[in-house]
Amino acid sequence: MLNVSKELCIGCGICEDNCPFGAITIQDGLAVVGDSCTLCGACVESCEVEALTLDVKSRQVASDLKTWSGILVFCEFRRGELAPVSLELLGIGRKLADKRKVQLSALLIGHNTGETAQLLIGHGADVVYLIDNETFRDFRDDCYSEITTALIKDRKPEIVLAGATAIGRSFIPGVATALNAGLTADCTKLEIREEDGALLQTRPAFGGNIMATIVSESTRPQMATVRSKVMKQLEFDSSRQGKIVEIVPTKEQLQSKVQVLESVVAEGGHVNIQEADILVSGGRGLENAKGFELLRELADTMGAKVSASRAVVDAGWIPYPHQVGQTGKTVAPKLYIACGISGAVQHVAGMQSAETIVAINRDENASIFNVADYGIVGDLFEIIPKLIRKIEERR
Amino acid sequence: MDYFLSEEQQMIVDIARQITDERIIPQRAELDEKHEFPRQILNEMAQADLFGVPIPEEYGGFGGGCFDIALTVEQLGRGCIGVGTAFAANFLGVYPIIIGGSEEMKQKYLPDVATGKKFGAFGLTEANAGSDASGIQTSAVLDGEEWVLNGTKQWITNGGEAQIYTVVAITDRSRGPRGASLFVVEEGDPGFSCGPKEKKMGIRASSTTELIFKDCRIPKDRMIGRPGTGFITVMKTLDLSRPGIAALGVGLAQAALDEAVKYAKQRQQFGKPIIAFQAVQHMLADMAIGIESARALVYSAAKHIQQHPKDMSKASAMCKTYATDVAMKVTTDAVQVMGGYGYMCEYPVEKMMRDAKILQIYEGTNQIQRNVIGQELNKEYS
Amino acid sequence: MKIIVCIKQVPDAKDVRLDPVTNTLAREGVQSIMNPYDQHALEEAVRLKEIHGGEVVVVTMGPPQAEEMLRQAISCGADRAVLVSDRAFAGADTWATSYTLEHALKKIGNFDLILCGKQAIDGDTAQVGPGLATRLGIPYLTCVQKVREGTDTGLIVERMMDDGYDVVAVNYPVLLTVVKDINEPRVPSIKGKMKAKKAEIMRLNAEDIGADPACIGLPGSPTKVVNVFPPDARSDRSVLTGTLDEQLDQLVERLMPYLNRAGN
Repeated sequence: MLNVSKELCIGCGICEDNCPFGAITIQDGLAVVGDSCTLCGACVESCEVEALTLDVKSRQVASDLKTWSGILVFCEFRRGELAPVSLELLGIGRKLADKRKVQLSALLIGHNTGETAQLLIGHGADVVYLIDNETFRDFRDDCYSEITTALIKDRKPEIVLAGATAIGRSFIPGVATALNAGLTADCTKLEIREEDGALLQTRPAFGGNIMATIVSESTRPQMATVRSKVMKQLEFDSSRQGKIVEIVPTKEQLQSKVQVLESVVAEGGHVNIQEADILVSGGRGLENAKGFELLRELADTMGAKVSASRAVVDAGWIPYPHQVGQTGKTVAPKLYIACGISGAVQHVAGMQSAETIVAINRDENASIFNVADYGIVGDLFEIIPKLIRKIEERR
Repeated sequence: MDYFLSEEQQMIVDIARQITDERIIPQRAELDEKHEFPRQILNEMAQADLFGVPIPEEYGGFGGGCFDIALTVEQLGRGCIGVGTAFAANFLGVYPIIIGGSEEMKQKYLPDVATGKKFGAFGLTEANAGSDASGIQTSAVLDGEEWVLNGTKQWITNGGEAQIYTVVAITDRSRGPRGASLFVVEEGDPGFSCGPKEKKMGIRASSTTELIFKDCRIPKDRMIGRPGTGFITVMKTLDLSRPGIAALGVGLAQAALDEAVKYAKQRQQFGKPIIAFQAVQHMLADMAIGIESARALVYSAAKHIQQHPKDMSKASAMCKTYATDVAMKVTTDAVQVMGGYGYMCEYPVEKMMRDAKILQIYEGTNQIQRNVIGQELNKEYS
Repeated sequence: MKIIVCIKQVPDAKDVRLDPVTNTLAREGVQSIMNPYDQHALEEAVRLKEIHGGEVVVVTMGPPQAEEMLRQAISCGADRAVLVSDRAFAGADTWATSYTLEHALKKIGNFDLILCGKQAIDGDTAQVGPGLATRLGIPYLTCVQKVREGTDTGLIVERMMDDGYDVVAVNYPVLLTVVKDINEPRVPSIKGKMKAKKAEIMRLNAEDIGADPACIGLPGSPTKVVNVFPPDARSDRSVLTGTLDEQLDQLVERLMPYLNRAGN
């Protein structure tokens, strides 16, 4: 509960201005708290007469907190392949484990996993818990959840990491709820807090317009999912030593209420450039359809989608759903990179609401530079490969 | 300006606006290019209950009047008056049944119209009978228990897409205009067919075809009202439907102004956005004045007409004439403000200008409307 | 068929910004809307009801103003609406939210199907649906892009995977979270709006649902926000200088925050 002391409050309105949710109003010279209050405490800090107090029962800290130790990384295996994010998580996992001076273990669930467990050790894992069974060939939330929850209860890692993939984002929340644990999705940064060794988890909210740092102080394990290409994997080291523990599931753990009838591999599917946060866009400056191969490489590196001007769609270099402009789609991504696009009025009408616009064009007088926040004049065939390399180096 | 709509009226406007913004505007360019009938959009309008607005409650509608339809149609007009015409012409086809039909006839047809299950169309115009409607040649002869129709109607909106056609035919040539009667012809009646879709300057999403009657046989009970009342019912129908056309004009003009202002604020020439120049400002100002006065006239006329006053025809003719003339002028000026870009198909205003022309022609040309107003003034002052 | 749809009222996320100087959310002109993914969940529920008969009940955990959204849901085909509201729910993370919804659902009665949107556009976690299903002890499928078949006993659906989709069969009761591809939400109808205006909304507070105060709201949330800040990207707009290489280095420096923010 947020309490306003009637004696101390002077109705100055500083709290009203500071409230991120617009939940405080000054009425008749006193601060009044409305329904939008989320107990974030921003007002308490801002009050200069200490009239505001946050009286919240803290969650009872689980008494056995100290008995949870180690970092566990869920490694995703599907269609005979290990998802690359798993190796990236072992990379950050290793860092966190070294900081905490604890063990890094990997949980590998799948069928016909072959040498994968060994690969995980070479990428940083001290222990690999291996569950290789036909039941786990197809992904099904319930049996993946069951066995993961059981393992975590048994091994008690203080931190559990998983990739924010379709699979991870699906069953990990179920595991977290079953464990009464805190879970933070799509983390972009993971660090250990100095004072108590807790995990600081930073992630975007409000569609990426805000960043938040989150801690699960009173519960274990502390769980987090991370998107691919955010963390960096360690170099494979064949000399690394580790243990592989094969786990045999019980009969109950092999049950599922769900039946996978068919698994369809589909190419990208529906192109929806309007939902992309980053667009790499190509125009006539690409010279021919092959130019888009270069753009796709840049897009892959950035986790972006590819879009285009009308001229190149008309020329058949890329299909219509990618078109941005008056007769195409209107987009408002966080970042729009216009490559070889002149910036005609019809095109600009479709992308001028982008948060940040970067233009790469050979012609220094191209009108695209009038709307771009950053402009580079030069040959995009020279610039884009350099850009790709520099981004990868930074990772 | 605030026109103090009731809660129900605001509901209707909100639904029509949402359909216009989310369905009509994204599809209008393609419908225009392909001359494609907007069946899916009309189905969604049906599901949103918009087809029930002017149908009396006892037949499954909301019992709304001229004004409610005008509010609906103005929103649709902001999107595309091709789609708006398809919607409005449906009621043109159905009003004769509401005005002159027997109870059985109303029970038979109106519920399906209210749910959008069946569309209507109105068949009056012929090759040699446009403004001079009394010159129609299509005949209906009683043969036993059936009427046999022969003749051809021209430029009928919703032709080929409607299921219910209200058709004017001469039943007694000796009595002149008093010898015409109205009939309901249904899709599938023997001897009735529709010609191919006409290619038009504008409102291309609307389907316009000939109606061909070759010994078309329909049951006796398909006559609407008594024989010889054809033109009387037609006149009443047009009086009721003209505010809808006027409202289409208001919506269209508003959309054109919106595009022109948006463009004028962005387009830079001589170092400034062109809206900074008085020449452009004055054009935009005159456009805005025209639209608001047309809107006020249409709303007032529609509300007045709902009372079935004596000067219904004059009010109806006035709002149709003025609003459609405004629509033509505003859309033309919008293209002018947008210059070369306005002329290009990439931008929506060239279509709006092409669409606007028909508003001054159909449902009675604006010249005929002025005749009506003049004659009414004459009568009033005697 | 009895279908429950969990919906959430959210600020229109694309308009939400954090003022970098004061660290407060800029709120002018930010509208409250029904979470877009939930609109698709509601539409799917109404479609299934139209085919199989039954009832659609919408539920939301939110402040009193969420009532407006519940009425909007009724105007688009929901039969009943439940507002689960209490000051004590404020500050809830996904664990506390799924706890609250589970208890509320016990008051609403039996169901065959629960539909949720994939995620809310303010939190972006996609955690409540799976959490709720886990608490209820029912199977769930996320990111459903199509319901292929529905029978008296269960469903066959397509659920998205990173490399395509799986076709999955499951019996009722089941919870599905849906993606936008699944359908096109309908426009409200006149009859719907009139029904929404008159509808009686069931209201449940913490006591009504028998919630343990230690498990709801901020106190009940295992995760706590300790800091909120704007993404780096908006800081530096200065011109890129130097050789091509130097310019590219400066550009990459400015672009890195965007790469780390990628949503969706």
